[in-house]
Amino acid sequence: MITTLIRRAIQAGFVVIAMTLIVFIGVNVIGNPVDILINPDLNQAERLRVIENLGLDQSLWRQYLSFLHGLTQGSFGDSFVYGRPALDVILERLPATLELALCAMVIAIVVGLPLGLYAGLYPDRVSSKLIMTGSILGFSLPTFWVGLMFILVFAVQLGWLPSNGRGDTAEFLGARWSFLTGDGLSHLLLPALNLALFKTSLILRLTRAGVQEVVMQDFVKFARAKGLRENRIILVHILKNLMIPVVTIIGLEFGSLIAFSVVTESIFGWPGMGKLIIDSINLLDRPVIVAYLMMMVVLFVSLNFIIDICYTLLDPRVRLDGKG
Amino acid sequence: MTPLLDVRDLVTTFPGRGRALRAVDEVSFQLGRGEVLGLVGESGSGKSVTGFSIMGLVDAPGRVASGQILFDGEDLAQLDAETRRSLRGRRIAMVFQDPMMTLNPVLRIGTQMTETLHAHEKLSAAEARARARDALGLVGIPSPQERLDAYPHEFSGGMRQRVAIAIALLHRPDLIIADEPTTALDVTIQAQIISEFQKLTEEQGTSVIWITHDLAIVSGLADRIAVMYGGRIVEAGTITEVLTAPRHPYTRGLIRSVPSENTRGTRLAQIPGVTPGLGRMPEGCAFRTRCPRATEVCSERPGRFGDAMAYHRCFHPHEEALA
Repeated sequence: MITTLIRRAIQAGFVVIAMTLIVFIGVNVIGNPVDILINPDLNQAERLRVIENLGLDQSLWRQYLSFLHGLTQGSFGDSFVYGRPALDVILERLPATLELALCAMVIAIVVGLPLGLYAGLYPDRVSSKLIMTGSILGFSLPTFWVGLMFILVFAVQLGWLPSNGRGDTAEFLGARWSFLTGDGLSHLLLPALNLALFKTSLILRLTRAGVQEVVMQDFVKFARAKGLRENRIILVHILKNLMIPVVTIIGLEFGSLIAFSVVTESIFGWPGMGKLIIDSINLLDRPVIVAYLMMMVVLFVSLNFIIDICYTLLDPRVRLDGKG
Repeated sequence: MTPLLDVRDLVTTFPGRGRALRAVDEVSFQLGRGEVLGLVGESGSGKSVTGFSIMGLVDAPGRVASGQILFDGEDLAQLDAETRRSLRGRRIAMVFQDPMMTLNPVLRIGTQMTETLHAHEKLSAAEARARARDALGLVGIPSPQERLDAYPHEFSGGMRQRVAIAIALLHRPDLIIADEPTTALDVTIQAQIISEFQKLTEEQGTSVIWITHDLAIVSGLADRIAVMYGGRIVEAGTITEVLTAPRHPYTRGLIRSVPSENTRGTRLAQIPGVTPGLGRMPEGCAFRTRCPRATEVCSERPGRFGDAMAYHRCFHPHEEALA
């Protein structure tokens, strides 16, 4: 277990280094931050001073080395745009994204798993076919379009829910959260539903496919032959076997919700990290981009590790040391 | 005395193209208490479906279309789902063919045993565990206490089948349906399991329907035998009657095709042709297209000749004993 953890950490380290190199070169190829960041009204001397302050007068590899040096001091560099440590800029956006992602994921699981179970257990019922048809819609309608429709219907036409921003927030664990206030919740609902729609369909279809595979197995028939009640067969025998692929998807999709909710956050003006990273890319704010992507690498590596631990809990045949 | 199980004209159908296919076709047999019936036939002859019909576990869209399954005088086919569930595992248990597949891979052996007890009885977790442990010990699993916490993949195939048998025996059922329980095992393990199974069911006075394609196993195990072909029982009787003087040409062909001391050095007899699929069974006697004795009359459906305990379905039965 510990050795696996260390091995994963080392692998993550290599991924981070490769990723930072790519970002440094990539941003350099896209354009010169100087052209975007510096007020064209400044005179040449001021211009040079700003460039020097940002460290952009150095060659690319020198900039990279000083970035690495900064890392060893625990610094990710200062944002070109905000002039503050890049990590702080990102972290203050984290709660917004985190609560949106969590909320969407909970909706997706709470709705997708039972519906998928139902559609898998009773595939011939009309209701199951309706569910599956609905899931195709949820699967194939583009997120931005659904988001716009949500705003059009619920915010503009019906006027039930707000369409922009986080609303009131309350402090909890040193950060500000929307889900703790009624107003915040009403702001959270539409973007969370928007994000959840695709994930719900994904979990639903995966669950259904899993159920149909598992119910064919002899051990389900044997469980019936033992005279077990249907509830126990479904909730213990079928569900536990089914959770292995579902947990994988839940984990990875949760990561992608945190990292890539750009579209939804933009449409609903949700001040989360997705909006930040898109703005940063537009402004070529390299320290923020690098710090953000490094966080995401760590996030995905951690999620994968948690998924692996879940495997060992769900399936006794799986061992983390790879010998099982 | 009424027999424990009295199956009368059981028909189990599966929907086919345009018409219902009869996987089990007017099957009738009786089974007394403590008796062992060998249900013999090739793959696809309907023997497993017969077993599942009695259990009430025919996979949809298949269903028991007609006939009676009188268990202790009560027609199982008429019972509601909950009553049938309460019989399953408690009074009628089943052991499956492939021990690698019958136990749930993600649940501990102990859990899979105690849940069976909890499904039918009110008892504490500790009592259930103790009963499960004793049952494991009974089927010859060493250090049963520790093994309760093991998972199926930590057992060999033979051991898993012992666990399955232990689960089947937990409630001292009146009837066990054993669906080829040794087919997937090594020959040496086969012999051990059969003899232990035999010993345990004899001790508990359990009736057994032993489903197999292996005449050799049945001959050493069963009191009576029923031979199935194309969904019908073509011949039924005591083991000695049927094996020494088979009446139906199919039974005869089946016995002839088993290698024995007497046939050493000669070419093994075989039944010509292959079993037609369910959808292509000939009208009348299902065996007539492969039968050397078939005549015009065989295109009519042969009835049962004989009584409920010993009968055959053939217009041209053999009269003489096997050489």
